[in-house]
Formats: sequence, structure tokens, C-alpha cells
Amino acid sequence: MIINRRNMLGGSAAVIGASMLPRVAFAAGGIGSKRLVFVLQRGAADGLGIIAPVGDPNYASLRGMLAEDYADAPLIGGLFALHPALERSAEMFASGEMMAVHAVASTYRDRSHFDGQNVLESGGTRPYERKDGWLNRLVGMLPDAQASGIAIAQNIPLALQGSHKAGSYAPSRLPDAADDYMRRVGQLYMGDERLHMLWEKSLATRAMAEGMNGSGNMRQAADVGALAARMLSGEDGARIAMIETNGWDTHNGQRQRLGRELRNLDTMIDALKSGMGDLWADTLVIVATEFGRTASINGTNGTDHGTGSATLLYGGSLGGGKVLGDWPGLRQSDLYQARDLKPTSALEDVIASTSASHFTLDPKLVRETLFPGR
Amino acid sequence: MDSHSWSIAATRFGYGHRPSAAPAGSPKAWLRQQIDDYDSRPVALADLPDSQLIARQFGAFRKLRNDDEDTKRTARRALRSHLRDAIGARIELAVHTSSPFAERLVHFWANHFAISTEKQGAGPLAGSFEAEVIRPHIFGRFSDMLKAVESHPAMLIYLDQAQSIGPNSRRGQAAAQRGRRRAGLNENLAREILELHTLGVRSGYTQSDVTEFAKALTGHTVPVLRRGRNTGEREGADRTYAFVGQLHEPGSKTVLGTTYREEGAREAIRILDDLAAHPATAKHIATKLARHFSTDEPAASLVNRLEETFLKTGGDLRAVTLSLIDAPEVWQTKRQKFLTPWEWSIASLRAIDTDQFEAMQARRVMINLGQDLWKPGSPAGFDDKASAWAAPEALHRRVEAAQTFGRRGSRFDARTLGPLLYDDAWSKNSATAVARAESPAQAMALMLASPEAMWR
Repeated sequence: MIINRRNMLGGSAAVIGASMLPRVAFAAGGIGSKRLVFVLQRGAADGLGIIAPVGDPNYASLRGMLAEDYADAPLIGGLFALHPALERSAEMFASGEMMAVHAVASTYRDRSHFDGQNVLESGGTRPYERKDGWLNRLVGMLPDAQASGIAIAQNIPLALQGSHKAGSYAPSRLPDAADDYMRRVGQLYMGDERLHMLWEKSLATRAMAEGMNGSGNMRQAADVGALAARMLSGEDGARIAMIETNGWDTHNGQRQRLGRELRNLDTMIDALKSGMGDLWADTLVIVATEFGRTASINGTNGTDHGTGSATLLYGGSLGGGKVLGDWPGLRQSDLYQARDLKPTSALEDVIASTSASHFTLDPKLVRETLFPGR
Repeated sequence: MDSHSWSIAATRFGYGHRPSAAPAGSPKAWLRQQIDDYDSRPVALADLPDSQLIARQFGAFRKLRNDDEDTKRTARRALRSHLRDAIGARIELAVHTSSPFAERLVHFWANHFAISTEKQGAGPLAGSFEAEVIRPHIFGRFSDMLKAVESHPAMLIYLDQAQSIGPNSRRGQAAAQRGRRRAGLNENLAREILELHTLGVRSGYTQSDVTEFAKALTGHTVPVLRRGRNTGEREGADRTYAFVGQLHEPGSKTVLGTTYREEGAREAIRILDDLAAHPATAKHIATKLARHFSTDEPAASLVNRLEETFLKTGGDLRAVTLSLIDAPEVWQTKRQKFLTPWEWSIASLRAIDTDQFEAMQARRVMINLGQDLWKPGSPAGFDDKASAWAAPEALHRRVEAAQTFGRRGSRFDARTLGPLLYDDAWSKNSATAVARAESPAQAMALMLASPEAMWR
């Protein structure tokens, strides 16, 4: 059977544009009560593992044992299945509070975490072109002069750095000091391929040796979600929040590691939703990563740095429950450089369109401000 | 762009800068100056006992057969302290030296002529071995270093030469008549001289060459290990080395096609001189030096250049070293050598530039990182390839050790230290990570764990 990929996506053939974007219902408070949360998945999250194209005839053979996780997963949008660790997300998908855009990538086309994150966060066209971040510029576009952004982190990440009001907040130690140091070392090695591989392997081995079940991390994830909600829901609360997540660089042992990170993400967003209460209807969550991972499983039951990934959107008035994007297919000839999911939607477009729609701002202006030169 | 950058001079040729004493000027001139100013007897090592003293103590200890345990324990402890003191002094010197290139060469040659403290008797002598037969020769003739090394008690003990007896020597014949099994030829030293110290493995020598060379070596021994008469027990006699004719295998020996006539102690010396001048030795030494200072698989052009200098100058290590400094291949900017635990620990201690870290603490760090000084576990010495050290768990431990060092070095600002220590190699990536650190100590730890600190 030949899959007509466009049909699989419910007839949406165009690259994502304003017409395809979620219709956001305007709540009583109008613009004034709108909130946006940007969740950055540092380390190149595997879009093909998060929203798995299980209906694509090439998927199972490319993915080997990684495909086994979806054996019992229900199909969504005809072609896809959500990773089973995304339990609450699946419920939100069913109720229209979640959606995904597949085969997405920023303008960056090389495979360095550091450069890729820099492009994604700064909104520049090249690494280190800009010193401020698109999220900060979005703060500046909000009509409320008092609007501010907040990062749930020790330091303000690049995406939220800039001339507009932004701060960061983290409980005294988030997570504990040793973990924080190790996480920073991980960042340090993202520019060094050899050290990066060694580092990932050592972390995986240590995690296995310590029998980490992730319960501590899940509690932490819930704390982060609840904290973000508190920071966003106060009278003078921030309008825009940023949360950084790590551990997506699954070069080996992906089944265990991706499952753990997705459970954390799922828990964190569920806690955010609970914490927002009524404001959830005015909240948009964008979950994105710097680039995707290889279409094929590698020799160590993981995947390597790739290109196209998936972007997740959450929100009480999202009108979700669908997977958007132009599915490029997974035949060898369909892949980008014969190895990666070919990006068919620009991450910058997804961010600019959804943000403009959410805050009812001029889409063209938002795009030019957040991602100039694009 | 200046291809002779300080970042390369400091890390590839040295042990990194100390912030309080970073040199200036031309990197190449700095390296050459270290050759001209070389002091083979650094003050920092002046208090260490020489091999004569240690051998005398060792001899006395061996006679304590029927003494009480306390006396034995005290003597054993005294011997052990020599190794600890020598390790401490070597670390201190490496951390504080203003001639790190010369120290690197000392350590390179000591690893080329590796002994291991695992061998009973070799440990207490390890420091004296390096001081007495390596340091004096690093800018001298290779043949002189070779002959000095092969007659030092640490090597004679480590590679079993002290026990080797010619089967047809007077002692050998006497032992055979008494039916003693252990008395006989030991080929260990002869084999390792050919395989590791001179020609190199698979360079064409045969088992017969090994055996014949081993016969020629018989009689070269450590007097203090031998009991009975004429073994240097007289006051003032050399306790560390002697040629004992009664152990020497008579007759001529043929090694690598050359027949050496019966000449007692001279035989081994003549063979060593010939081995030192052999083209295979030149190639072997050139390859190891090139590998150590450039990449795991050094460029043939670099090996050829060093090899030619070695052959042309009759193994003049000063000339070979100058040739190394002038070779463009060692100045290429890509960093491909992963620092060994020793190198990384010394570089870290130099970077934090503190007196608050004791040498024995540093030694414990090195042991934890998988490299205990003078204990390579094999006569081949510590591996000099990146793949031997760049492993996941090893890296993890190093990252943890960086925290330990970082806490002691937090009086410095790593943000300004990075560009000073690593010069043009200090990357934006690392600078960002360091700048974002939550504390000065964490910034220092991140700097010491950075790729710039791991590769040279």
C-alpha cells in the first residue's frame, strides 16, 4: 500500500501557516491574562520517538527495538502514536488541549547542540549572531509595559536574555548541586564530539549502576511545573515563563532514557496545568528542541544527532487533538541527507504564528521581531 | 595567524601555565631556553636519598631475617617512605617548575625506560632511577642514557637481571652440581631492551638474538642483592651495581649478525652502543617522541625528520629535541592528545596555583584516575595513546576531580583564567559555561573539565 502522506495528515498539504494554527479562544480577561510557557528540550529530543509515525511503512525497520514501545499505543491522526510515557498528554490530546507539529526544525542545519540551541534561543539566522533571545523580544511586544518574563532556572537562559524585563528563579538548589554541575559539564561537552560521546556513555552507565528509577526526578519535574504556575498566576505574575529540560541526547539506551525524560515532561506539564487552574484556558505551552535525531537506530540502541523533530503545543483553549505538518516520509530518498527526518515546517514559523495568535499580535510583526532576517 | 601559539607551547610541550608565572615572548624561544638553562639536578630533588643509600638500607633490611617484627616493620617503613617522598617531590617539581618542557621530557624518557614499583625492591629506588639515569641525559646522548639505565639497580631488579646467571659460568656450573633449579639465564632484560628500549617490537631480531644478548648481560648485577663474599659489602664499595665475572657466561655471543668476542663486562656495553646506533632504534625513538608530542598516529614527515636527526647526530637528544621544536607538525592547532591522568592533574594544579594542595592528595587523585606514578604495570610503560585514557568512566572521574581542584582554586576568577591559560584555544562554548557558573569554585571546576583542559 502506498501511503499518501498528505492524506495521512488530514489533507493539510501546506507548510504550517496561520490558517492551520490553533484557534485560541479569547478568555474574559482578554490579552491581559494570556500566558506563554516555553519549554526548551536541550540535547536534541527525538521527535520520531515522541510522536512516532507508526503508520509509516519504513518506521519499524528503521527503528528496530525502539519501535517496540508503541506496540499497544493507540493511533492518533491516522499515522502517529504518542509515546506511552506521555499519559497525561494523551488525555490532553483527546480533550483538545494538546497538539503536535511534526517534521519541524529551526533554520540551523548542522548538528552541534551548542550552536543549534544558540540559533533556536537567539532567533538569529546563524550561531552567535545575536546576543538577546526571541522570548525576551516577545516580552517587549506585549502591550502591558509591566510585562515580564521568568526563567525557572539558576540563570536566565539566552532565549529570555535581552533588554526587556526578565528574571530567573529557582528553589535554593535546582536540582542538587552535583547534578547541576554535571548538567553544566554536559553543556560544556556539546561542542566536543569525542567528549560528548564519552560523557553520555558515562552518564548512562552511572544511571544504570545506581538503578535510577526516576521517581526523584519526577517529583522534581512536578515541582518545576507547580513553581512555574505560581510564578505565572500571581497578580503581578510573569506573562512568559521558560523552563529548561535536559537529558534528551539519547545516543544510547534510548528506550529507558527517552521514557524517563518524557515521563518527567508529562508530569511537569500536568503540574503546570493543575497549578494554573482557570488560567490554563489562557495558557499556551510550546515544547521545542534544537534539532531532531537520526531516523535510524544506531549501534548502541540510541539515535544520533539529526535534523527534523516534533514540536508540542499545550493549552486550555488550544483546539488541539491533531498532528500538523507536512509528513515527508521515511524512505531513504525522503530523508534529509539520507539520514534525518526532513524538516517541512520551520520552527520559527510555528513559534511566531502560535505566539501572534495567542497574544493577538500582528503575525508579520511578531515574525520580524522574534526572528529577524528570516 | 601565529602558528606557534602559546596555547600549544604551554599544553602540548608543557604542563600548562601557572597564572602567577605565565611566560611571555616567543613560545619557541621559551622552549629553546629550557634546553639551554637545563638543570639536571634541581634543588627540589636535593633532599632525596641516592640509590647507594637506599641500597644500603635495602641490604640491611634483607639481613633482618631473625629480628623482631618491630625492627623489621620500622625498616620496611623507612624503605617505603623513599617512594612516597620521591613521588611527592616529583609532583611538587612538576607543579612549580618554570621549565615544564624539560620536565615533560624527563617524564617521557622515564616512561620509555619504564620500571614499575609493583616489583619488590624497585619501589624505593624509583625516584633515584629517574634522578640518576634519566635526568642527566635528556639532552645528552641516547647511548649514554641507555647504558646508565641498564646498569641502574632499579632496572636490574625490575627486569630480573640481578638474578640472571650464565649456565656455563663458574657460579652456574656450581649451582648445577648442587642441583639448584633456579640458577640460570634470565632473558627478561635482554628482551625488553630489544623490544622496548631500542629496536622496537617486530623490528627483525630473533629469539637467538635475545638469548645471546642475555648471555652477554650475565654478570651485570646488584651487589646488595647477593649474599656472601665479594659482593660489595666493604665500606665505600658500590652497592648498586657490579660486574661479577663468576656469573658471566663465557664465550663469544652473536647478536643481530655481529659477533662479540669474549670480553666480560665490555660485551654488554658494546652491544648497547651498537643497538643505540641501529636505524631501527632511531625509528622507534622518533615514532614515540612524535606520538607523544603530536598525535597518536604521527605524520611520517615528522617521524622521518626526528629519525634523520637522531641518525645524523649519533643519537644526540638535544639535537633531536630541537628538531622536534622546529617541526611544523607539532604546532598544528588541532588537539588530538587526551591528557593522561598525570598530565591533567599536574596541569590542574598549575592552573589553580595554590599551596593548599598537598602532593599526596594529588597522588590519590591520580590513583583514582587510573595512573599511579611509576606503576605502569608493564615494562612498556603507560600507554601514550588517547584511546587508552579517553574512556567514559575515566572522564567522569576526571570531571569529579575537577570539582575537588576547583574548590581549592576558587580564589581565582576562571573567566579571566581561561583566556590566560588556554590562550587562543579558549572557546566561546567554554567561556560561556564558565561565565554562567553559579560560583567561582564551580567556574574553576568547569574550566578544569573543559575540552581545552582535556586535550593538548
